[in-house]
Amino acid sequence: MPQDIHPIAGDKPAADRRPATADGQSLTLQSRFPIARFQSLIALFLLCLALSILSDKFLSFSNLWNVMRQISVNICISVGMTLIVLTAGIDLSVGSVLALCGAITAGLLKNGIEIPSQNLYIGFTVLGAILAGGLTGSALGAFNGWAITRFNVPPFVATLAMLTVARGLTMLWTGGFPISGLGDTFLFIGTGWFLGIPVPVWISIIVVALAVFLTEKTRIGRYIYAIGGNESASRLSGINVNKVKIIVYTIAGALAAVGGIMVTSRLDSAQPNAGISYELDSIAAVVIGGTSLSGGRGSILGTVQGAIIIGVLNNGLVLLNVSPFWQQVVKGLVILLAVIIDKSNGKGE
Amino acid sequence: MTDTATLLEVRHITKRFPGVVALDDVSLAIEAGKVTALIGENGAGKSTLMKILSGVYPDFEGDIYYKGEAAKFAGPKDAQQQGVVIIHQELNLIPYLTITENIFLGRELVTQYGTMDKGRMRKRTQELLDRLKLKVNPDSQVFKLKVGQQQIVEIAKALLTDAELIIMDEPTSAITGAEVEVLFDIITDLKAQNKAIVYVSHKLDELFRIADHYVVLRDGKSIESGKMEGMTQDLLISKMVGRKIEVMRKIHDRGACERLLEVKNLNLKSRVKTGNVLSNISFNIGKGEIVGLFGLMGAGRTELLESVFGLHPAHSTGEVLIGGQPICCDSPARAIAAGLALVPEDRKKDGLVLGLGVKNNISLTTLEEMESLGTLSDAKECELADHYISELRIKTPSKEQQARNLSGGNQQKIVLAKWLATRPKVLLLDEPTRGIDINAKTEIYKLIIRLADEGLGILVVSSELPEILAVSDRILVMSEGRITGEFSASEASEDGILKAAIGASPKAVGGQTQ
Repeated sequence: MPQDIHPIAGDKPAADRRPATADGQSLTLQSRFPIARFQSLIALFLLCLALSILSDKFLSFSNLWNVMRQISVNICISVGMTLIVLTAGIDLSVGSVLALCGAITAGLLKNGIEIPSQNLYIGFTVLGAILAGGLTGSALGAFNGWAITRFNVPPFVATLAMLTVARGLTMLWTGGFPISGLGDTFLFIGTGWFLGIPVPVWISIIVVALAVFLTEKTRIGRYIYAIGGNESASRLSGINVNKVKIIVYTIAGALAAVGGIMVTSRLDSAQPNAGISYELDSIAAVVIGGTSLSGGRGSILGTVQGAIIIGVLNNGLVLLNVSPFWQQVVKGLVILLAVIIDKSNGKGE
Repeated sequence: MTDTATLLEVRHITKRFPGVVALDDVSLAIEAGKVTALIGENGAGKSTLMKILSGVYPDFEGDIYYKGEAAKFAGPKDAQQQGVVIIHQELNLIPYLTITENIFLGRELVTQYGTMDKGRMRKRTQELLDRLKLKVNPDSQVFKLKVGQQQIVEIAKALLTDAELIIMDEPTSAITGAEVEVLFDIITDLKAQNKAIVYVSHKLDELFRIADHYVVLRDGKSIESGKMEGMTQDLLISKMVGRKIEVMRKIHDRGACERLLEVKNLNLKSRVKTGNVLSNISFNIGKGEIVGLFGLMGAGRTELLESVFGLHPAHSTGEVLIGGQPICCDSPARAIAAGLALVPEDRKKDGLVLGLGVKNNISLTTLEEMESLGTLSDAKECELADHYISELRIKTPSKEQQARNLSGGNQQKIVLAKWLATRPKVLLLDEPTRGIDINAKTEIYKLIIRLADEGLGILVVSSELPEILAVSDRILVMSEGRITGEFSASEASEDGILKAAIGASPKAVGGQTQ
């Protein structure tokens, strides 16, 4: 049913609708992807330039693909984190959820489910195990969203609780030991190549593309920005704020699972303490990417840049033989610097 | 130029922002012991001028002479120490601190041991509150006070610093009736103590009561200043807008007509104390009818609109019918689907997503209709936005412009647009012209009347009686959660309405009781 015209309670002559002012489109590109982001592109370029001068290994194909492969995990998680942060929330549980989902996938793949009392054994195909891991992540994310919206628990607290719970569940599931030896098919996800590009990079490209589509082209995406910008006005506009939030946390959980499966596959092993402090790298990527922690402003592509900067920096510091202790100091300072630069460019408010 | 009474003089001030000249060669003088009204439409430069006077903008061209000497305010704190204090329209109190803590914030009194001298601070606060006739405990947390009372706390804060010049920005925008009287008494007292007051308000009738001088700003220039005495409202308005505008009048009185909205026995339980915020509210609105709802602060007007709109499902009981069909109002989404639209009182807090563009704000309520093949269609959104930008004459450089950058009147039009886009049957307007300039007000009145002519039922809540009288076909009056009066347009008088608004419980006057 065509509903393109919205007459005011009746009919108005169509001639009344004049086109917008001439400069009507000039601000379009800036609205979600402000110019400030080009600076992080420049920063990234300078970083790469410096690294390629300082280290002859940096610009090699094998190193660059390696960096990309490492970054893809953080990109997947950070995309989910961006959606949450856009609604003015936060998710501290991604690292633990990642570990649990990786462990569940690995465990099901390797051991299946045995119920001795029933004399029952359920085996899992690679696809089945991956789906189970993905479902676990989505369920935990949905639980986060439910706790936050149903009981009004601040996201920080709800996901902090989940951080602990999911880590505990991982330990229970694995008994504290890695689950290794998962078979070549599964390893393809983390180590394989497709059309000359590593599979994890493909996965992150797909995830980013879907997320950009979601945020820019769909109703849910608009609602995410609206809720982060002004929750009360959004609620009054008839938006089901709780539903949108639950969806967003569910997506983030699912993407943590994707990350977990990628990590597990790359290592051919699900480590019980995988993903520790991943939430911090992910928040850092979001923040460096220019998304406001108070919600409503930011973009997926900004986060991708943020994740790449962190990844390249990590890689560079290793190549330059900087001690791991100093690496942390440098990384922390870079995050701070990035946000300070972003703020001082702060356009108006 | 500088006679003894002139406290502060502004000479040839120009303030530029990127792309805009906010103030253009403005000069004016403020006298001690007098109230100077600063008048102008939104965007005329009033707030920029206030920010310069109160030290918020230390950089500008031109000079300020204060107490006969060239002065420079390096920042708000500096201005404050020199005796210039501003009371903002949006109150700047910390809700969970007590009145005393708020008043002494940043300038706490200490004992000889370096600890806070709570006793002395409390005593000083009590003195200030007594002087301002605010009968509340200095230890009450500020969020528990009514808006009018918070306003008085702000004034107390200003008085503590021995301010010489007090700038009041729309001090009555959030208070009504008797609270205004209290404020005016305070201002009269301050004048007697030889304080200078700059009073900024859109409410001209107030200015005629309280102001001695006026300064009219228009498009960043000082147009005229002089004594209030002998001025007329129409003359002042014509100076503000640069042309004559007629005062709004409603011609036709609508008789009985088809009932669009019926509310029966609506009750709303209070969340904080026992008892009801709303008791047994019943009324109806006919097709094409504009019903005005008047009440003092705290009468329950906003709560009534919110309950009808489904914002308090757990606490409200009663029946809401639209076009004779009972609707289940347990969420805004249901209310919208049934044909209701609510333009909230506080457009920045509840009406707009300030960081989103004009276009995206307008389409927010109807995004489902903006989809084609499951994705948002920019073409449809643009069409919708263009339609309302021209229909409601929203002044914006582009439809992508962030809502925060528009003036109050244009922001309000965006809120109206997004609700009209839902094609409602009944429009609930909560203070639709609060804090917007007189031109935009007139436009909104005309719009309201046109919408009613097109068949909408409209409920207008306002704390400005002239506004209610100007647009309503019928007037309901609320007091303490009940409907205490109903007048047809022809029999309505300011006296009668005010009596009904105060009537139920005279002690509520002025919000002095806790």
